[in-house]
This record gives sequence, C-alpha cells and structure tokens, in this order.
Amino acid sequence: MNRLHLLAATPFFGILGGIAFANRVEPYIFGVPFVLAWVVMWVVLASVIVATVYRLDPANGHVAPTMKESGQ
Amino acid sequence: MSALIMIAAVTMLALVLGSRARQGHDMNLEQWAVGGRSFGTVFVFLLMAGEIYTTFTFLGGSGFAYGKGAAAYYILGYGTLAYIMSYWMLPPIWRYAKAQKIVSQPQFFARKYDSPVLGVMVAMVGATALIPYLVLQFKGLGIIVSMASYGVISPTVAVWIGAVVVTVYVAISGVRGSAWNAMVKDVLILIVVLVLGIYLPIHYYGNLGDMFRAIDVAKPGFLTFQSKGTSLLWFQSTTLIAALGFFMWPHTFGSVFTAKDDRIFRRNAIVLPLYQLVLLFVFFVGFAAVLKVPGLSGTSIDLALFRLSQQTFDPWFVGVIGAAGVLTALVPASMIVTTASTLLANDLYRGAINRNASDAKVAKVARLMVPLIVLLAVFFTLKGGTTIVAILLVGYNIVTQLFPAAVCSLMPNSRATRQGAVCGVAAGVAVAAITTLLHLTFTQILPFLPDSFKDLNVGFAALVVNIFVFAVVSAITQPRFSARASI
Repeated sequence: MNRLHLLAATPFFGILGGIAFANRVEPYIFGVPFVLAWVVMWVVLASVIVATVYRLDPANGHVAPTMKESGQ
Repeated sequence: MSALIMIAAVTMLALVLGSRARQGHDMNLEQWAVGGRSFGTVFVFLLMAGEIYTTFTFLGGSGFAYGKGAAAYYILGYGTLAYIMSYWMLPPIWRYAKAQKIVSQPQFFARKYDSPVLGVMVAMVGATALIPYLVLQFKGLGIIVSMASYGVISPTVAVWIGAVVVTVYVAISGVRGSAWNAMVKDVLILIVVLVLGIYLPIHYYGNLGDMFRAIDVAKPGFLTFQSKGTSLLWFQSTTLIAALGFFMWPHTFGSVFTAKDDRIFRRNAIVLPLYQLVLLFVFFVGFAAVLKVPGLSGTSIDLALFRLSQQTFDPWFVGVIGAAGVLTALVPASMIVTTASTLLANDLYRGAINRNASDAKVAKVARLMVPLIVLLAVFFTLKGGTTIVAILLVGYNIVTQLFPAAVCSLMPNSRATRQGAVCGVAAGVAVAAITTLLHLTFTQILPFLPDSFKDLNVGFAALVVNIFVFAVVSAITQPRFSARASI
C-alpha cells in the first residue's frame, strides 16, 4: 500500500462507509436528496482522484521527482 | 401503430448495419474474438461502458427507483468503485494475456493456474451467469414491444419476437459488426434519457427539488435507506459484490484483450465514472413516475418508464423511446449470446470434450449453441417472477465468485494453488446457487447472527465461503519446496 492506493481507497470509504452518516433527505443539494447527492459527489470525486493518481503514477511515464523516492 | 412502425424500422436498420459491417472481414478466431488487439481508447471505452446503457439501467434502473426508491442508488456506486479498481487490475491482466496470446477469460485462468480444469469451470460459471443477463434483455424487449403496441401484442409474443430478432442479429453480425450499432445505441439512449430525465420532473412538478419534496411528503423514508429490506447493509453489501464482480463478466473481461496498450485502461478509469452520471437522469424518470403512475408493484415496476412516457407523449415519440430501448437490449443481447456460445464451444467443448477439435469445428459448435442459449433464456424469461434488477443481481452473485482467484493470480508472491482456486470457486458458486434457488436470506444460512444481518446480500455469504475455502485448500496444497522453506 502506498499513498496512491490510499488516495484511491477513499471513494470506497465514502460510498460504502460514509453513506451511513449521509442517509438523510435534508438538506437538498441542487434539488436532490442529500444521500443521493452524497453518492453523486463520490462519483465525481472518484474521477478527480483517478486523474490525480494517473498524473502521479510513475507507471505512466512522467515521473514526479518526489514520487520516485517514495514509490517503493 | 406509429410507435410500432418506428421500432420496427430501427430494428431493420440495426440488422442492415450489422450485416454490412461483416462484409470484407474474413477473420480467424483471435481476430474475431479480440479484434487483433488493435482497439484504441474510444472503442475500448465503448466496450467497457457497455453496461451503463443496457436494458438493465434503462428500464431496470428507472423501475427500481420507482419501486424501491433509495435502493437504486447502488447502481451509481458499484461501477464507480469497479472503475477505480480497474486502474490497477486491468493492465497486468492485459500484459499477461498479450504475452501468452490469450483470447478468452477461461484461458486466462487456466494458464495462470496451469489448470485446464479451472478453465473449464470458469467457462461454465461465465456461461451460467450470462443467462440471467440475457433473460433481462429479453424481458426488456418484451416490455418495449408490448407497450409500444399499446396492448395489441402480448408480452409473451413480444418476448418471442425479441428472441428471433436477437438470433437473426447474431447470425448475421460479429462482435465487430455491432460496433456501429453500439455507437448509434449509445448516442440515441443518451439523448432519450437526458430528454426524459430533464423534461419529466419539470413538466409534472415544476422542478427537481419540488418533485423530491412531493415524494418525500407522500412517501416518507422512500428517498433514504430504510431500517429493513433494502437497508444500508443491503446497499453496502450489494454495491461491494457488484463492484468486485464488474470485470469478471466474460464479455467485460474479454473486452480487456481488445486494447492496443495498457495505458488505455488507466485513462478510461478517469472518464468512465463521469459517463455513469447519466444514470442520475434514469433515476429522475423513475422518481417522476412515483406519483404520476402509481400502483405498479412486483415485477410491473419495470414498466414505470414506459407507462409515464405513454401518459406524457405522442405515440411517435413513444416510438423513439421504444426504438432506443430496443437497441439497448439488442446490442448487449447479441454480445452476450456470442460470448456465451464461444465460451461453450471454445472453452467447454474444446477444453473438456474434444481437445483436438479444429477451429472450423469449434465455430460450428458455437453456431449450434446460439439457438439453445436463446431458447433457455426465453424459457426463464417467460417463467418470470422477478424484476430486472433482481435478475442481474443473481448473475452478479455467481460471477463475483471468480474475483478472489483472479486477484490472487495477479499478486507477485501468491501462495494460491490451483486446487485452492478450483475448490474456492466451486464452493462460492454452490452457495450462491443454493441460496438463489431456495430464496434463502443471510440469517437463514447463519442463524446465530442477529436479525439486522438479514438484509446482507447472499452473494456476500458465498464470497466469504469462497475466500475461506480458497485459503484453506491453498494452505494444505502448498508445493513441497515452499512448505519446507516456510518451516
């Protein structure tokens, strides 16, 4: 487990765990019940997170200097 | 009548497109199955996103939101988690498959564990899980055709018509042949879902917020997870099971092999979660129907989208919706039939019965399998009894059992053995099959657990048994040298 794995794991905690605390209708977010908005938020965040991982992942070629050291 | 004419015209067009795409392509098995490993980002994307736009989401997703409320949110959750996992899971699968010239999922397992028995087993598991997936597409076709005929064509006759169209479609087009139709289908359904999902709430309620408030007043608790039934625990276990099983479907696993390079998967994993957000509009349609076409219950909840559409629009536009719906059933159904028949012919027949069968013989067996698979699916469709979402969940409970063996095979220092993998998959599928056939709940299998565990997805129990057996048998059957080394 490195930092990228941990980052990518957050939507799992958000959708599978956090939902227990988000299970309510109010407040409505853009007209959508809170719990549905919570899931939608994590879908969008998942995309942002994977994009971030893609940038930092040495496997994709453009190696960030700090990641090279901690990549082990 | 105009709705039916519209649907018939689009179906004919799809058949023509399918047959034209085949001209000029004379392909061997590897080219036919994996497109010569030449597909770029866009095409792999379309193959991987395939599940987002099938009858399952179009009718099943809207129907589930209509009938079960918050429970439908799981459909948005599991794909997202699966796409995140795909970032790390798919590249090593692709690299191994390329190095070993692998074209099918059973081959992958057989080669990784050096076990033809496991390969045959994976083929059987895959083909079995695909049947419910096909059943739900037929169910969708039946609903669309009978609804669009405004009752003239009975659902039974409509299912048979659908089955015939799928068989003809498979006969005249290959996997590549459906590429064009897949594009047309995705664009058409995207437009229809956006139009319905935006227009219906505004038309009937003024805006989205007022729609949800009205539902919350009429049915308190409907928009959140209940304490019983489709509870939080149900959501969590179902989302997890489906996320783990997502890439274990034979056709999805197979689409991995079509890619040109392994970076495609990492890039797609960024966009695919967003592509899923279209599901939100599918939910809106289902929710809009809650107060406007009340009274649908049981398996009838799958009709919600069409009932509301008929009540709202002119027949010609119902025809457009129906045409989009027919394509979302037809294209995936043909892919499922092709995959299942190839699994049975190439991996079961050649893998277990006639090892020296030639490619021509395998192709002939595959063609023979097509009508058998279709008939089996029609039988289960007409038998009826469950909703579209419930049908797919059965498939997921079965196919997810391949996940532990798949993941362990990718680990660099895996202690997993072929005996462990075979026994684990067998145990998991057995538990999944028995619980499904006997309609058992979690607490009936493990009666000592408190009542709140009742809503845990039974596939979860099967997966736990699977992992346990896999680990124990692997531990017992460690090769000698490593046993000595560990002492």
